[in-house]
Amino acid sequence: MATSSDAASEAGAGPGHGPDPRAAFRGITNDVTRVALGTTPKWWYPAFAVSNLMLLCLVVALYHLFTTGIGVWGNNNVQGWAWDITNFVFWIGIGHAGTLISAVLYLFRQEWRTSINRSAEAMTIFAVAAAGIFPIIHTGRPWFAWWLIPHPNDMGMWPQFRSPLMWDVFAISTYATTSILFWYMGMVPDLATLRDKAKERWKQIAYGLLCLGWRGSARQWHRYERAYLILAALSTPLVLSVHSVVSFDFATSQNPGWHTTILPPYFVAGAIFSGFAMVATLLVPLRYLCGLQHIIKESHIEAMCKIMIATGLMVGGAYGIELFTAWYSGNAAEWFTFRNRILGEYSWAYFMMVSCNVLVPQFFWFKKCRTNPWIVVILSILINVGMWFERFVIIATSLARQALPGMWGYFSPTRWDVLTLIGSFGLFFTLFLLFARFLPIIAIAEVKGVLPEAHAGKDHH
Amino acid sequence: MSRFLFPEWTQPLKKYVITPALMLGPVYIVIMAALIKDPETLRVGYMPEQPVPYSHALHAGELGLDCRYCHNVVERSPKAAVPPAATCMNCHQTVHPKSEKLLPVRQAFFENEPLRWTRVHDLPDYVYFNHSAHVTRGIGCESCHGRIDRMVRVSQAKPLTMAWCIDCHRNPEPNLREPVNVTVMGYKPASGEGARVKARLKINPPTDCSTCHR
Repeated sequence: MATSSDAASEAGAGPGHGPDPRAAFRGITNDVTRVALGTTPKWWYPAFAVSNLMLLCLVVALYHLFTTGIGVWGNNNVQGWAWDITNFVFWIGIGHAGTLISAVLYLFRQEWRTSINRSAEAMTIFAVAAAGIFPIIHTGRPWFAWWLIPHPNDMGMWPQFRSPLMWDVFAISTYATTSILFWYMGMVPDLATLRDKAKERWKQIAYGLLCLGWRGSARQWHRYERAYLILAALSTPLVLSVHSVVSFDFATSQNPGWHTTILPPYFVAGAIFSGFAMVATLLVPLRYLCGLQHIIKESHIEAMCKIMIATGLMVGGAYGIELFTAWYSGNAAEWFTFRNRILGEYSWAYFMMVSCNVLVPQFFWFKKCRTNPWIVVILSILINVGMWFERFVIIATSLARQALPGMWGYFSPTRWDVLTLIGSFGLFFTLFLLFARFLPIIAIAEVKGVLPEAHAGKDHH
Repeated sequence: MSRFLFPEWTQPLKKYVITPALMLGPVYIVIMAALIKDPETLRVGYMPEQPVPYSHALHAGELGLDCRYCHNVVERSPKAAVPPAATCMNCHQTVHPKSEKLLPVRQAFFENEPLRWTRVHDLPDYVYFNHSAHVTRGIGCESCHGRIDRMVRVSQAKPLTMAWCIDCHRNPEPNLREPVNVTVMGYKPASGEGARVKARLKINPPTDCSTCHR
């Protein structure tokens, strides 16, 4: 993995950066603020238009859903959960890379994270936003979603605290709150930089309000660093807990294929796997489009690819163990479910999942694949396709063959399922493009902190 | 170029706006919660004007008519039944036959056009409630309707919220009495009566959603 010194040597040698250490700092500031304050690049408009069109799909699909009912989806009595929950678990999983990068890698002093943490955190928040839609809309009566929050009421009712669906509410809302705080607080010094760099008065005022009056005094920095460390420590357990709780939705049920203890670690590994794939999908094009190759470097992309190999192997291992346990347990129902997963009506989905999640990341063993941006993007997209299918396979196949033949069925999506899925991507990309246009996409202050120029003369800390 | 910092005039805002808002926020929540729980919000005391100034205080209280004389199917039907004008005329053919107050009743009776009473105890449409299930199991009329025998014009005495229903379903004993006494007003159950009735009639009120929401 890349170290800080190698991160910086390239930056220092980049075009326009002289030997003066302050020039290196200034270069970072100018390159990042240019993205937010400069003219809108040409690629941004078509990208934003397409994202908006996809977002419109969500609006239309939700309007139809709310005015008609859950029946517009392909869900039925047997397949009570289908794409709705698949999309939910998929998007929540995507978010995990952000927390891992911003919190865990920070605590482990992995300094290469500074180039990607801001955009990964933003991605986390937007993914959680996309995920949050699904549990609310799949109840069919989203206007009662506030019943999920425990509060004294005139019904004399409380949510079922023994239900993992209830734990989900706490896990996801904690996750969203912490991620937003972490992201926003980390952005405050950089927003102040944008304020100082902005030429127009209204931008100065807008960024000035957003940065909460940051002046960059030593006392402010001292408190900032403290708060950052505390938030990192608070977020770290969330990397493990959030997706574990999501997996409990399945693992605590009695349904064969769901009722296994491996589910929490398996889900967490898969979440980080898909999260890094999404970060790579977004950042590999973004570093070219925004001219940030000298900050988000090839070595960083490579490091992400290596994490994908590692987590991909964990996921592959989990598939194997799951299968072995089903056979070794001697439980007929369990073994039937897994054979049905592989050989039954949904086998196409199973093989889609295995090939995308287990075979595809193996290409990252080769440096050529890790350094070619096209290959990285294509493989990352395939991994995300595979991770979506993993959730679909878990949810759909286990429900398709339940204990009684009366509870056997098959799920076919309707156009409203498809539009909702496309729409969730539309929401995600729209938010991300707005972020990439108007906010500091690189943690300017943190990147400067890991430049070798920052360590000149005396030791850092 | 001057950087934009929060200008001087925003300083008092912190002191006089943000801090009080943070302090008053909880107060606001408490007040709102209290207002929601306020009996008026819950329609307790709702006392609509009726087409005939019929007094329960006179009929059920002073004269001592049994509730079931008019609400005659309460023990057999989900609905207690609002009596037809014919029931009134049983007596009022001879008692105050010329009373002006009773004009709408005679009109209803002779023109065969029912009186339009205004419902006081109105549960939401998604609630299934069965009078007979409660009355035959020893829930007194007054447990839900209050001291009808003292009401000149009927008003809602209890909140009729789900929490109120479910409180009794979870712990029915305090409201149980010997079924023969269901219509008695101001009834004081003997000690242990609720528990005895509960045991004898095997009363175990369900609290499933589908009990009331069918």
